[in-house]
Amino acid sequence: MDVKRVKDYIYWLYYQYLLVTCSYVLEPWEQSMFHTITVTVVAMVVYTAYVFVPIHVRLALEFFSQIFGAQPDGAVSVAN
Amino acid sequence: MANPSAVCNGHLHHHHQKQNNLLKSGIYKKNGITKGMKKNGVSNGTLYKKTFIEHFEQAPMYVAVFTVVGFAVGTIFGYLRDFMRAWGLEKRNIAEEREQQKDFVPLYQDFENFYTRNLYMRIRDNWNRPICSVPGPQFDLMERVTDDYNWTFRFTGRTIKNVINMGSYNYLGFAETDVNALKTVTIELEKYGTGVCSTRQEMGTLDKHVELEKLVATFLGVEDSMVFGMGFATNSMNIPALVGKGCLILSDELNHTSLVLGARLSGATIRIFKHNNMQSLEKLLRDAIIYGQPRTHRAWRKIIILVEGIYSMEGSIVRLPEIVSLKNKYKAYLYLDEAHSIGAVGATGRGVVEYFGMSPDDVDVLMGTFTKSFGAAGGYIAGKKGLVDFLRTHSHSAVYATSMCPPVAEQIIRAMKCLMGLDGTTQGLQRVRQLEKNTRYFRRKLHEMGFIIYGNDDSPVVPLLLYMPGKIGAFARRMLERNIGVVVVGFPATPITESRARFCVSAAHTREMLDTVLNALDELGDYLQLKYSRYSKSSHPELYEETRLELED
Repeated sequence: MDVKRVKDYIYWLYYQYLLVTCSYVLEPWEQSMFHTITVTVVAMVVYTAYVFVPIHVRLALEFFSQIFGAQPDGAVSVAN
Repeated sequence: MANPSAVCNGHLHHHHQKQNNLLKSGIYKKNGITKGMKKNGVSNGTLYKKTFIEHFEQAPMYVAVFTVVGFAVGTIFGYLRDFMRAWGLEKRNIAEEREQQKDFVPLYQDFENFYTRNLYMRIRDNWNRPICSVPGPQFDLMERVTDDYNWTFRFTGRTIKNVINMGSYNYLGFAETDVNALKTVTIELEKYGTGVCSTRQEMGTLDKHVELEKLVATFLGVEDSMVFGMGFATNSMNIPALVGKGCLILSDELNHTSLVLGARLSGATIRIFKHNNMQSLEKLLRDAIIYGQPRTHRAWRKIIILVEGIYSMEGSIVRLPEIVSLKNKYKAYLYLDEAHSIGAVGATGRGVVEYFGMSPDDVDVLMGTFTKSFGAAGGYIAGKKGLVDFLRTHSHSAVYATSMCPPVAEQIIRAMKCLMGLDGTTQGLQRVRQLEKNTRYFRRKLHEMGFIIYGNDDSPVVPLLLYMPGKIGAFARRMLERNIGVVVVGFPATPITESRARFCVSAAHTREMLDTVLNALDELGDYLQLKYSRYSKSSHPELYEETRLELED
């Protein structure tokens, strides 16, 4: 019973995607083409995020902590 | 000489109340200068005798974004299909010239029909559905299927019975086949036949027309009226008779095509004011009077304002008291097209003039159609006798168009007598009350469910906004599966981002039918995610302050 509800829910989500992007009105071969392109674009976005986002986040954190407090290596020392 | 009124901080203080008979609109003459007294907060609040609530809510931003995305996808695939058609990869189904004429000047401009070919064709099965019974509260539909994605249809031979009709303009339910109701119509049909075979000016004026015209004049409370065979032709053929070159037409943004066509045919200058916006109209009137005609700066020969009683795509009612006060102030003429409002609003069904409690003398030309509330066909123009006599000789429709068919005239006569109570029953008044109740119930329930509905709370035309192009087809098809027939409208009848489903409530709808429709709408609204409204109303509407006007900024 639960499996049926999950399947219905997933079908409903797919239906919403069809309505919102207006691929509901397209013929089946056009729909396949559109889905292929969409899935490809989304996969590329996900891959790029996976590869690049952690590195950029780490660099950004280092940059901001440099401004707000801890001395980096070879920093200018305050003359006493 | 003691001055009974003192001017203090720009407000006139009146010590003698009995001098203030003119103060319905707050105008007071002092030293020959007219000053208007404005109440704080409510502009023109004294002109309206009852509250005027209209809704034009804007959808959240993501809806607009998705709508544009949807149209972009449709356009891209449209270009792709056109490319395939042009290069012979796909069969062409549209009209095109013969091989021998390919070098001539093109007869069919390919790109103009881009929208029709690529977007409308895909969901075309929701329009032009043939019905095979009287369009009462329920009707029978002929089932049709398509094998090639809506380019051609074929009938399966089955009829879908008792589809609830939410699309016909059957406001008072006079589209009926009850034998008792149609008794007089049958008698007239047997007496006169169906054809008139002549125009009004030749041999087409029958005693039925004279009887009908007198009845229409009595119904509306005017001196005289004239009836025509076709409602569209009433507008498009009579406006050219009333105005010509050197006149100015001020027409509402959302006027019907018949009014626009009539205005263009007349040759007068046309200026458009924003929909139902009195500031815009006043500005145009002032500019017209101050600057006159474009190059010569002479005064305009005539200034006429074209408005409709109820606008059928928005469901909004015209602001008649303000327009009449503007017209009196600037000495313009008013042409009121009551196609959807005659019979449908007003305490006894006499249209917007009665709805606002005004006198029919305020409007110069009253026009209406019999197609909507009277279950017949044709239109009328009513007003002063001089106007109607002029139209009898100068209107194109009177001179060239075949006059109204006698059984149809009898149907209008019997419907009007029923409305006025002249047939001895209170059925007419009951129908008007039932329509009012149905309208209020339907609109209230839709607001409570969370849909975005446009228009005035008292108008029986209810547009429900769908926005996204994908949902237009889905909505209409799913409603038909549930045995409910609706009319969906998209571009070009509406702005491109505001496609809608338009419901026409009828007095013939029973509470059960409306409940069926509302339940279906509730389910479908959740399934298709149509409940965009951000103002969730509580279940106690009387707690709301009803003088608030919700207008689009």
